Amino acid sequence: MPIEITMPALSPTMESGTLSKWLKKEGDAVTAGDIIAEIETDKATMEVEAVDEGTIGKLLVDEGSEDVPVGQVIALLLEEGEESADLKEAASRAEDKKPKEAAKSAADDDEAAAKSDDDAPKRPSRPAEAAPPMEVEIPAGTEMIKQTVREALRDAMAEEMRRDEAVFIMGEEVAEYQGAYKVTQGLLDEFGAKRVIDTPITEYGFAGLGTGAALGGLKPIVEFMTFNFAMQAIDHIINSAAKQRYMAGGKVDVPIVFRGPNGAAARVAAQHSQNYAPWYAAIPGLKVVAPYSASDAKGLLKAAIRDPNPVVFLENEIIYGQSFDVPKLDDFVLPIGKAKIVREGTDVTIVAYSIAVREALSAADKLADEGVSVEVVDLRTLRPLDMETVARSVRKTNRCVVAEEGWPTCSIASEISARLMEDAFDYLDAPVLRVTDEDTPTPYAANLEKLWLISPERIVEAVKKVCYRG
Amino acid sequence: MLDFFKQMSLVRRFEEKAGQMYGMGLIGGFCHLYIGQEAVAVGLQSALKKGDNIITGYRAHGHAIITGATPKSVMAELTGRAAGIAKGKGGSMHMFDPKAGFFGGHGIVGAQVPLGTGLGFAAKYKGTDNVVLTYFGDGAANQGQVYEAFNMAKLWNLPVIYVIENNQYAMGTSVARSSGQQELYKRGESFGIPGRLVDGMNVLEVRAAADDAVKYVREGNGPILLELKTYRYRGHSMSDPAKYRSRDEVQTTREERDPIEFIKKRLIEDGVDEETLKAIDKEIKDEISEVADFARNAPEPDPSELYTDILVES
Repeated sequence: MPIEITMPALSPTMESGTLSKWLKKEGDAVTAGDIIAEIETDKATMEVEAVDEGTIGKLLVDEGSEDVPVGQVIALLLEEGEESADLKEAASRAEDKKPKEAAKSAADDDEAAAKSDDDAPKRPSRPAEAAPPMEVEIPAGTEMIKQTVREALRDAMAEEMRRDEAVFIMGEEVAEYQGAYKVTQGLLDEFGAKRVIDTPITEYGFAGLGTGAALGGLKPIVEFMTFNFAMQAIDHIINSAAKQRYMAGGKVDVPIVFRGPNGAAARVAAQHSQNYAPWYAAIPGLKVVAPYSASDAKGLLKAAIRDPNPVVFLENEIIYGQSFDVPKLDDFVLPIGKAKIVREGTDVTIVAYSIAVREALSAADKLADEGVSVEVVDLRTLRPLDMETVARSVRKTNRCVVAEEGWPTCSIASEISARLMEDAFDYLDAPVLRVTDEDTPTPYAANLEKLWLISPERIVEAVKKVCYRG
Repeated sequence: MLDFFKQMSLVRRFEEKAGQMYGMGLIGGFCHLYIGQEAVAVGLQSALKKGDNIITGYRAHGHAIITGATPKSVMAELTGRAAGIAKGKGGSMHMFDPKAGFFGGHGIVGAQVPLGTGLGFAAKYKGTDNVVLTYFGDGAANQGQVYEAFNMAKLWNLPVIYVIENNQYAMGTSVARSSGQQELYKRGESFGIPGRLVDGMNVLEVRAAADDAVKYVREGNGPILLELKTYRYRGHSMSDPAKYRSRDEVQTTREERDPIEFIKKRLIEDGVDEETLKAIDKEIKDEISEVADFARNAPEPDPSELYTDILVES
């Protein structure tokens, strides 16, 4: 049976093309690799090579023919021993099936589309982000110790490194300098240079190297001196770490933590002072954690290190030195993906994360003096978002303000606001308002920086608005 | 030598078929073929032992097959079917078989270089004597992250063999038009990484160079760099008209330097019957036909697969 040569697809978008020139004529012998025709695609003029050996039996499409669909038989090739008599039948068969045999799956799609809606393949719905059950996180009567966020983070890493030999930390100045912000203080002494590794100032390189080490079975903690410098490395965080498992059909794990201070620092101007949380929270395949208190920082960092997925762990330089009660427990691990009500109230909900929780709590104190009862929800994890806890609170208070130390556009606050429209629209007595930093690069001048930043006063103002109080 | 012939022929026939199936609209998106470069992956892989890993860029079909992925699973990945090596979710550029030591399949030019360096870091951290082959092209050799990785690999003496597959064109830009210093094997020198130039069309020379490199790295001397001069016969991807080089250049390479013809000639000189080789080739062709049938008829992934494999569920 003669071999059918079909109009080839020559680019990801090509559906048809022009057969501009035949370079072989009927009766010519061809071997694999010979150019037989020139075809103009939507992108370029391409040469078409023969894939099989034989003699050109018949050319079925004239030179200059336009809009020849991909898959249409354009020529017949006779194999060794075949006669031209074989051609007639083949040619008519080619005519019959033009051009639907090729691009089988595309044809299947058309068929599916033609069927009634009932028969169409069901679009799978996005699985609900199942929030872990509400549990008592700290047993009653647990002894509490005062600790800074910095100390809590250090202890979390040290505990996990004691527990699992595969955990190590790498980053700029994490070892001998004891950490640019002293978060890794003492780790080199305890764990040695094999597991506490100073890197050159090459964020792109060491984020990739860390990701490779995770592919190789280790559990790296990659510290960025600040997340501003992770922009150099974001290709590895997103393209190499976050997407890897999906692209591999589940064949690989990437257990890695990228951590460091994020958000506005103090008086360092635009390049060293910004919040990247919405960037990372937008990426499927990542978990994103941004705690406020020392206790949450400890319990969640331990969870992040144990998590078999890539976790972006966003800290905040301004609150490193702030002290909180931290439970004195041997192994205090908190669930990722669970928000926390940090202050109960009845009139309005303020949703916040990271340093904005501090501003929200301060606003709540001021509002309490004026007789407004505020509930404050600390998101703690930004991906997956615990909308269940947020929506439950809003169903109770019927009003919501989202406070975020970051830019307003495409922010976590925007996301919460949109999701509340979907999840709690009927319960809202006022539009959800966002309180964020101003939509400009971070200024240096003290007065401008103060104007730019989110503040308790602006949160108070927004709360009064949603409560319709003057 | 006969094994080299078989493996290179398998990759060649596989890729020819992939090209053909792309033309039929059965493979979508980008499709970068390895035709012409077979001796590189085949020769290097033959020098590795269990536990050694490899990682490469987007021209990955050959490497996947050579490390042990079944041609069916690779072809079914190209056609986007559930039986594909990545369940049809990765496609041509993203294939993984970590159990066999194959870590991709990476679509971002040069990204595999720090990743491969990290695999080397893990091998050393765990106290094994395993090595990692980190492949990249002449185009990636100009990426900044490659040099960040070189620096750390030497700083920490990691067991990594960097392999530049120099097929002389980064998409449409020749080495001469993209590189101030064109002797790519020297690119590690300022980092303290020795380099060696190898004829990538001669599988025996590739194997000899691989043996030396593996020994050097396994003994704890740190990274080494090999530049393998090779040539791709086809365009950069299926949609590349390849107007940046002459037809003659391609034809001459095919006729004079083809890696499969080279090993065939050597086998015949050694007394192997030409008919035997033809029979082997026929067997491979038949196998590939079967592979193609399988890959075009295998079912597409179930729609429920859209939301799986994003995270490890605990």
